[in-house]
Amino acid sequence: MNSRKRLNHGISFVFLLFLSVVFLFPIYLVVLNSFKSKFNIVGSPFKFPNEDTFVGFENYINGIRMSDLIPSFLRTLIITVGSVLAIVIFTSMAAWFIVRVKSKFTKVVYYLFLFSMIVPFQMIMFSMVSVCSKLGLNSVLGIIPVYLGFGSGMSVFLFTGFIRGLPHEIEEAAMIDGCGPLRTFFTVVFPMLKPTSITVAILNAMWIWNDFLLPYLLLGTQNKTLSVAIQIATQGAYGSIDWGGFMAMLVLAIIPIVIFYLFCQKYIIKGVIDGAVKG
Amino acid sequence: MEKSIKKYFPVFLLPALAAFVIVFLIPFLLGIFLSFTEFTTVDNAVFIGIKNYITAFTRDKNFLNALWFTTKFTFVSVITINVISFALALLLTRGIKGTKIFRTVFFMPNLIGGIVLGYIWNLLINAVLGVFGLDITYDASYGFWGLVFLMNWQLIGYMMVIYIAGIQNVPSELIEAAQIDGASKRSVLKNVIIPMVMPSVTICLFLTITNSFKLFDQNLALTGGAPAKQTAMLALDIYNTFYGRIGYQGVGQAKAVVFFIIVAVIAFIQLKITGQKEEEA
Repeated sequence: MNSRKRLNHGISFVFLLFLSVVFLFPIYLVVLNSFKSKFNIVGSPFKFPNEDTFVGFENYINGIRMSDLIPSFLRTLIITVGSVLAIVIFTSMAAWFIVRVKSKFTKVVYYLFLFSMIVPFQMIMFSMVSVCSKLGLNSVLGIIPVYLGFGSGMSVFLFTGFIRGLPHEIEEAAMIDGCGPLRTFFTVVFPMLKPTSITVAILNAMWIWNDFLLPYLLLGTQNKTLSVAIQIATQGAYGSIDWGGFMAMLVLAIIPIVIFYLFCQKYIIKGVIDGAVKG
Repeated sequence: MEKSIKKYFPVFLLPALAAFVIVFLIPFLLGIFLSFTEFTTVDNAVFIGIKNYITAFTRDKNFLNALWFTTKFTFVSVITINVISFALALLLTRGIKGTKIFRTVFFMPNLIGGIVLGYIWNLLINAVLGVFGLDITYDASYGFWGLVFLMNWQLIGYMMVIYIAGIQNVPSELIEAAQIDGASKRSVLKNVIIPMVMPSVTICLFLTITNSFKLFDQNLALTGGAPAKQTAMLALDIYNTFYGRIGYQGVGQAKAVVFFIIVAVIAFIQLKITGQKEEEA
C-alpha cells in the first residue's frame, strides 16, 4: 500500500468513526436521560447526570410499573413468534402448491398475493378491523391468523421464487416410493427451503415486533403490545407524563432488538438484501 | 404427481388463502365500496356516489396539504438517503479497517420500530431546539426536517447494505481492466461501477420512495401532525379522518383509495423500469 492510499484510508477511517458517533448519539441521549430524575430531563437534556440528578434505576422501575411493560413484552413475543411460525409453515406450503399445481386458479391466487404487497394498510384498515372483530380475531392469539393473512403476500412471493428453482426429481422419487404429499413436503422440500425460511422469518419478525397500528386498532389498549404501550404512555393527563420512566421504556424496548441483532446480524443483513432484491 | 398434490388443496393452500381472503381481500373490496358511501360502521353504509372524493379534494384542506407535505418529504428523503448511503457503500468496500463494525452501527437504527424511533428523535430535536427556547411543534418546517433526519437515520444503513451487495457483485476483473487501460478513479466509478449497480439503484429508489410515502408510525410519534396538522403526512391524515372526526369515515375511505392508487402507480412505474432494465441486460 503506498503512502497516499494509506493517508486516504486514514481520513476515511476518521470520517467513518465520526459518523458512527453521530449515528449512536440519539440512542446515547436516551440512555443518558433514562438515569436522570424526571424533573431534570426537559430542562437540560444534554447534561450528564450528577449527584443531584442521578436516580439509578428508579426510572426503570417506574417505567415498567406505569406501562405494564412486562405483560406487553410477553404479548409482543407471543404474537411475533406465533405469527412468524404460522407464516413460515403455511406460506411455504401454499407456495409449493402454487408452483407444483399449474392451473388458472393457482395463477390467479399467486397474482392476488403479489397485488396485496402494494396496497397500503390505510386502504383496508377500517373494514379489516370490523371484519376481524366480528370473527373474534381481536385477541392476542386471534391476531396470529391476521398476521398470516397480511404476511402471506411477500412470503408466498419469496417462497415461490425459490421453489421454482428447485429440481422436482427428488420430490418425485419420494412420492414414487410411497410418500404422501404431506410427508414429501415436510421431509424433502421444507428442509431445502431453509435459506428462504430464514429470510421470511426475519423480515416478518422485524415487521410484527415493531408494528403499531394493527395491534392498536385490533387489540386496543387492554392487550397492548410494546409499540402500543410506548405510544399511549405519552398520552397521560397533560403535563403529568413521567419522562424519566418514558426514557427507561424506550431503552428497554431497544435492548432486545439490539441483542437479537448482534447475535443474528449475518442472517438479518442477508434476509434484508434477499427480501429487497426480490421484493 | 400434480394430481395427488391437488387433492391436498385444503391442507396446503387453504390456511394461508383463507387468512388472506378474510383479512385482505374482503376488506379491500369492502373498502372500495365504502368509499362511495356514508357510514359510521360497516353495517350502516348509504350510497352517496363520489361525494366523499369531492369532499376530500375540496372542503377538506388537510388532504391536499398532506399530499404536498408527503411529496416534498419523499423527494428530499429519497435524494439524501440514496446519495449518502451510496457514498458510504463506496467507502465501506475499500477495505478500510473496522468496515464490519461501521456497517453494524449504520444498519442498526433500521431495526428499531417506528414509534420508538419517533420518540428518540423527539427527545433529540427538542433538546437541540430547547437551547433556543423552542420545540418541534413551533413551526412546520422543524417537523419536516425532523422527519427527514429521522428517515435518513433509519434508512441509510439499510440502503447502504443493498448498495454494498451491488458493488461487491461488480467483477473485479472489469475494474482492473479499466484501470490497466488508464481509466481514472472517477471514470471507473462513472463508467464501470455505477452502470453495474443500476439494479441496486432501482431497488433502493423504490424502497425509499414507498417507505417515505407510506410513513405513519414515525410521523405519529415525532410530531403527531403538529402544529395544526401541518406536518401530518397522508397516512396520518387518513387515520385522523377515520378516527378523529365523527361522520367523516367515508371521506377517510375515499382518501385511502386515492392513496392506494398513488402507491400502485409508483409500484407500476417501478415494475416497468425494472422490466426494461432486465431486457437490456
